[in-house]
Amino acid sequence: MSAISQRSAHRSEPQAGREGFGRLLRAEWIKFRTVRGWVVAMTAAALVTVLLGLMSASSNHGSCSSGPVEVACPPPLVGPGGEAVDDKFYFVHRPLAGDGSITARLTSMTGQIRKPDVTPGQRNVVPGVVPWAKAGVMIKESTKQGSAYAAMMMTGEHGVRMQHNFTHDVAGRPGGVSRQSPRWLRLTRAGDTLTGYESADGTNWTQIGTATLAGLPQTVQIGMFATSPGDLTVTQGDLGGSIAASRFTEATGEFDQVTLQGNASGAWRDDDIGVSIAPDGSEHHPGRASQSDGAFSVTGVGDIAPTIEGPTAERPLSSALTGLILVIVVAVMFITTEYRHGLIRLTLLAGPRRGRMLTAKALALGLVTFAAALPATAITFTIGGRILRDNGNAVLPVSLLTQVRIVVGMAALFALAAVLALALGTLLRRSVAAVITAIAVIVVPHVLATTSVLPDSAARWLLRVTPAAGFATQQSIPEYAHVLGHYAPIAGFYPLPPLAGLAVLAGYTALALGLAVFQLRRRDA
Amino acid sequence: MQATIEVNGLRKRFGQTLALDGMSFTVLPGQVTGFVGPNGAGKSTTMRVILGLDAADEGHALIGGRPYTSLRNPLTHVGALLDAGALQPSRTARNHLLWLAHSQGLDGRRVDGVLEQVGMQSAGRRKAGGFSLGMRQRLGIAAALLGDPPVLMLDEPVNGLDPEGIVWMRGFLRALAGEGRAVLVSSHLMSELEDTADHLVVVGKGRVIADTSVADLITTASRGQVTLRTAARSEAMSVLGHTGATMAVTDPDTIVVSGLPSERIVAVLNANGVPFSEVATHRVTLEQAYMDLTGDAVEYRGAAR
Repeated sequence: MSAISQRSAHRSEPQAGREGFGRLLRAEWIKFRTVRGWVVAMTAAALVTVLLGLMSASSNHGSCSSGPVEVACPPPLVGPGGEAVDDKFYFVHRPLAGDGSITARLTSMTGQIRKPDVTPGQRNVVPGVVPWAKAGVMIKESTKQGSAYAAMMMTGEHGVRMQHNFTHDVAGRPGGVSRQSPRWLRLTRAGDTLTGYESADGTNWTQIGTATLAGLPQTVQIGMFATSPGDLTVTQGDLGGSIAASRFTEATGEFDQVTLQGNASGAWRDDDIGVSIAPDGSEHHPGRASQSDGAFSVTGVGDIAPTIEGPTAERPLSSALTGLILVIVVAVMFITTEYRHGLIRLTLLAGPRRGRMLTAKALALGLVTFAAALPATAITFTIGGRILRDNGNAVLPVSLLTQVRIVVGMAALFALAAVLALALGTLLRRSVAAVITAIAVIVVPHVLATTSVLPDSAARWLLRVTPAAGFATQQSIPEYAHVLGHYAPIAGFYPLPPLAGLAVLAGYTALALGLAVFQLRRRDA
Repeated sequence: MQATIEVNGLRKRFGQTLALDGMSFTVLPGQVTGFVGPNGAGKSTTMRVILGLDAADEGHALIGGRPYTSLRNPLTHVGALLDAGALQPSRTARNHLLWLAHSQGLDGRRVDGVLEQVGMQSAGRRKAGGFSLGMRQRLGIAAALLGDPPVLMLDEPVNGLDPEGIVWMRGFLRALAGEGRAVLVSSHLMSELEDTADHLVVVGKGRVIADTSVADLITTASRGQVTLRTAARSEAMSVLGHTGATMAVTDPDTIVVSGLPSERIVAVLNANGVPFSEVATHRVTLEQAYMDLTGDAVEYRGAAR
């Protein structure tokens, strides 16, 4: 026995196996394409997804008021990372040329929150700060909204943080601030690198984080800021679901012992960055600042954070649910008709290794479904998105990578759901029972979770443990730990990350296919 | 590969029913082997076990010395027609064969070849759902022939065929055996196999009753058969039963006795004082030989032991 002949013998085996599998795959593809009803239904699933998606986008009009007139909404403000952002705060600043730093002692952080009116028409404002109210020091590219920045700040309930460019957040020491225990904050610039420090006494400093703001200009704005996002209240709806409301708040930071290093020789300037303009042209809920004996008081309204509310890019894809039902029916029929007509025996004569045969069938169906669904999700997403924007909706922008993930992920969801339905059809051998089961585990949980039927917690649970978790792949706006939001399925937020959700669906599909193979092997045909 | 089917000691139980009870036989190349027995005798189950569709509780079935499930491109080793109705009605005849062909590494040319072979070239583009039973049987034969296999197994292929179709099928099966193939054809009617089969495997109650050539079966059955006419039927059966003879009641006063020469019968009856009016030896038809093997005689033989 020479080593060479052994190796060649080893190699020929898997090749023969692959060849056999390829033949079964091809046979299953021919089976699919030679039943006109299935081809028609699969095409219809794609068309229904596109048409319903585009129709829903067309009927979705958005407008914004500019003073007394309605105008198309401006495109959303975007941050350096391309995501939609809120950038609204009160900024007391100076220009800084080149490298330098700002150090300030924060001695107090207070604010007001408007609570639901107790007496109708009478404002019910109470003192307090919301969890993510912010006051601190900042270096920002310019006073233009959305420009690059890094900031060291105290927050309402999350201690000291270093944040930059809206989506990045690093925690410092927790706790609050008072005149007895002030918080020292420092931010330094060296080229494009900004470093944040904090201290309890102004002597012993701890570095919290660094941020690299590529392409930061020579002259930046440096100073103190304050801002305060709306107070979010979520109430459970009468019939399940939930309603989120946000009310006015403001936060005030008191600073002293402010020192600047570097070439920051200009005068302090106050800017209410991004302040809202009321219909009468006045500033709505403006911020303010005052200065005496080197002490500053800065009051701001707004937030410096990624936007999580607004028309999302995946909105037109809601039509996928309808297309999916058609796909499930076709997928189930692909195997149950074989049982009904006794054709399964002929199939097993041609491919007596049953696991291999069913895998070939599943792969053929999965590929066909993916090929039909991919153009459908791509067209629905891109054209639907364009229609939404043309209709005046300020669709929250997402990166190309995210767009690809949504389109390909939804096509994969179609394919996985089809294979899951096929496996259920193999296990149950009855079309109606299998279709109902497949819809009950894939479509129904998603419908229940995203309509006002269930409490948020039950909705999250459903989208975590059922195959409907796969729909998470279409979520375009991520959940941010540093932004308080109504992160519920009804608002388009899934409990699992996109790929994890898809993995749950894939897990169910693999499990069902495994059980189907097990039972197919065990049973007489 | 040898063109043989070997069935060895198959045993299979469906709940309370023993479907196969030690089924064993061999099918040789170059001849048509009739696989005959009453409905429920285990013919279809045996075929399904040979083809790896059903699992036997005991025993094994080999094709050319190998189990079906280990065959690569199995349709090039064995062609089978189990159920002519096993079709997707909305698929055309040609497409029905096309997927099957591609599963075995064959192509459309081979499909057109077998369609022509069974005389269906003009019906290839029609949906199989609209076919008559005869057409479906032909399509099933075409599917069995697709891989040009040395072994063919057909379950009740003439069932439901018109006389013209039956004649065609006989000629076709004979021609396939003439090419050196092993052809196993099942039927529950011996008459269907009378002019087709060279060899017979007669089964009943899940086991082989006779494994013999057609000529031998007739000779054996005839030689042993004696018609006994007697008014005292039960006494006659009782005394003859002790000798191990096989009996079939054909009339209230007539018994057909096999396995015992006429002179012994006369001697036994006389010795026990059983009256009788006539003892006659006779030759039987194949059908009768089969009925004797599978009919009441089976029950009586069982009871006599």
